[in-house]
Amino acid sequence: MTTSPLLRLDRVRVNFPGKGWRAAPTEVLKGVDLVVEAGQTHGLVGESGSGKTTIGRAVLGLVPVAAGTIHLDGSPIHALTSRRRRALSRDLQVIFQDPYTSLNPARPVGDTLAEPLYGQGQRPREARQRVAGLLERVGLPAGAMDRLPREFSGGQRQRIAIARALAIGPRLIVCDEPVSALDLTTQRTVLDLLQEIQRDTGVAYLFISHDLAVVRHISHVVSVIRHGEIVESGTAEQVTAEPKHPYTRRLLLSAPVADPQRQRLRRAAYEREFAGERS
Amino acid sequence: MNAWHRFLRNPLGVLSALVLLVVIGAALAAPLLTDARPDAAVLRDAFGAARDGHPLGFDSAGRDIFSRLVHGARNTLGGAVLALAVAVALGIPAGLLAGYAGRWFDAVSSWLVNLVMALPAMIVLLASRAVLGPTVWALMIILGVLAAPSFFRLVRGIVVNVRGELYLDAARVAGLPAWRIITRHVLVVVRAPIIIQLALVAGVALGLQAGLEFIGVGSSGSLPTWGAMLNEGFQYVQRAPRLMLWPGLALGLTSAALVLLASALRDALEDRATGPRQARRRLPADVRPARLDGEPRAALLSVRSLAVSYRLPDGSEREVVHDVDLDVEPGRIVGLVGESGSGKTQTAFSILGILPEGGRVSGGSITVDGTEVVGLGARDWRRLRTSVVAYVPQEPMSNLDPSFTIGSQLIEPIRAAGVSRAAARQRAADLLRAVEIRDPDRVLRSYPHQISGGMAQRVLIAAAMAGDPRLLIADEPTTALDVTVQAEILALLRRLQRERGLGVLLVTHNLGVVADLCDTVAVMRQGRIVETGPVAEVLGAPRHDYTRSLVDAVLDELPLTESR
Repeated sequence: MTTSPLLRLDRVRVNFPGKGWRAAPTEVLKGVDLVVEAGQTHGLVGESGSGKTTIGRAVLGLVPVAAGTIHLDGSPIHALTSRRRRALSRDLQVIFQDPYTSLNPARPVGDTLAEPLYGQGQRPREARQRVAGLLERVGLPAGAMDRLPREFSGGQRQRIAIARALAIGPRLIVCDEPVSALDLTTQRTVLDLLQEIQRDTGVAYLFISHDLAVVRHISHVVSVIRHGEIVESGTAEQVTAEPKHPYTRRLLLSAPVADPQRQRLRRAAYEREFAGERS
Repeated sequence: MNAWHRFLRNPLGVLSALVLLVVIGAALAAPLLTDARPDAAVLRDAFGAARDGHPLGFDSAGRDIFSRLVHGARNTLGGAVLALAVAVALGIPAGLLAGYAGRWFDAVSSWLVNLVMALPAMIVLLASRAVLGPTVWALMIILGVLAAPSFFRLVRGIVVNVRGELYLDAARVAGLPAWRIITRHVLVVVRAPIIIQLALVAGVALGLQAGLEFIGVGSSGSLPTWGAMLNEGFQYVQRAPRLMLWPGLALGLTSAALVLLASALRDALEDRATGPRQARRRLPADVRPARLDGEPRAALLSVRSLAVSYRLPDGSEREVVHDVDLDVEPGRIVGLVGESGSGKTQTAFSILGILPEGGRVSGGSITVDGTEVVGLGARDWRRLRTSVVAYVPQEPMSNLDPSFTIGSQLIEPIRAAGVSRAAARQRAADLLRAVEIRDPDRVLRSYPHQISGGMAQRVLIAAAMAGDPRLLIADEPTTALDVTVQAEILALLRRLQRERGLGVLLVTHNLGVVADLCDTVAVMRQGRIVETGPVAEVLGAPRHDYTRSLVDAVLDELPLTESR
């Protein structure tokens, strides 16, 4: 018996309309295949403009898919009516990169968190109780719900965003650079929180980042994307230790490590292998 | 402090709100305020002076002026409110829909709105009067239609801006239907500007309506309005100027109150504090002298017991950088690391003399190339910044002006030193070549949006090199860049430093960058330096707990082998 994966992308293409009248559209994703298994983390690494964020947005239904299919749990989700798409929010949630713009600055945190619950038709009383529970889950005091986002630090805001994503117990969360706006120490605690939640709830992550170290730390499977195409995919260990594609190796070698001696070796290797190349 | 409290602290705003409340109250309570009917003419009293029960006297037809004034307020204000209601009812929903949904509705409604805005309001009103007859209410409805575009454009503009915000995407993913997203998220954002616009448009409606009445095309004679009273009074302006005085005063006060209220609301809702103006006049406080008994000072850059303070709105100061010592020798790269809010950028800014408004060096000493720079005049600062110390900022794109070519932005500062145009262009091209840009002429002709982020950072490094500096302050120079580009920029900085013997102070949060580039490193936390030393020692065997927690937070190293 073969079970279908939780999320499956087949030959997904996305175009952005060209600028100006009758301008040719730009192809952002050029046929992406990707699989996220239930309860696992699939890390997606790429540089700016590689299309990694667009993959996440296509899964969430925030950009239209031009060709190819996206299946969640075996049923197609790439061309849903807005009503069916709304119902999908029970299974599919998101954490965005910027904790400063992903929370409405004018609304108390509790309102923002209760939003997905109202979307599922919960009563205000139940919703409020659930919100208090969620805040506790991500390590914030229940009193936080009456305060505005600006009263929280970046790390705390990202915890709020995580709480919002968890609100209705989804099966897949798209994490779009969830820690790259955070300080190093905060980054570590937020990653730990994400892993802890995965252990407890069995949620799967599609984890998008530019940072190979972060992706390796949290992912079971890693894919590397460049110019709208996946260039390499494999287990986290395999991709980060023995990359097959030269671009992956280049990404790995160009990330400096916090050890001067080791970094000297790495820099030498980078210059030996990629001298004169420009991204 | 919320908007309401801010509003209450603005005397002009409170005063104008009171004036408006009195005017509106008088209009509503008109029958209670006076027994005299506004249209009861007693010819015997024509031009009569004030007397008991008739506090403002009588007009040319012997009607009670006070009674006409308060009853007139009902019609005048009522007309303005009607126009406002029509404008709001048309403009706001259409603006929300056009901004949020976009597409064909946006195109059609924007086209219609442009058409309406192109119509001259006064002429349309006069023409409508000719067609519809002297009915002030119909004219006010038309005025409302003419004013609707101002709401439409305001709302549409703001909604288009927030449409791309992540919190709207998050709400969509959360499964909220569109109407709920609009009422819960979008309306909140446009609320404040709408309130301000309401007060402004009310003032305009009032003025236009009074204008129509004054030239006699508003209501038919019987209905008292301020404009009509002005019209009647104008005929006797020589004989009894006070006939114009009272309606003129009422109109002027109300309009002025509306405008002042609008600006007070703007200040309160958009939080434009008026506080610092008084504080700015205060003379800068003393600079606490530095302790100079420690390490010998470095020749290129030496900072001793630096303190940076910021003025708070209440006039007091808060110190954000405390007792910082830092040295950069020529040809050395010193890293300054810390997390956000640790004061590392404030330290760099005070060395460059570019602390933002409200901040100042409140203690210590900074010498750059032997010159004490704390308390240096603007002109000396400029000389120092063009020839000794240079700066590479964090966000390359936002540090280039999008409306000028790279060429003009590079060449202009070179020419300021008295170099000819051709020579300056040549020098700019040389500088770009020095930062490894292969096609300098093309880049010189380009606008910032035509080049990549990495290229923009190269351009800024080239600009920093223009004055042949000896000290480079780089504030997170690679944070906004991709890793592969970061590697190139780090290599470039290393090469420039080696070839020119530059001293570099590198502000960063990335310990990998420190390991790659720096000789020594200073770790900052909460405005203090907690540990300084050679990079290998500080990262390899941190002595301070905070440094250790930073090093521990670095994720497990990638197991990649460098040799293959």
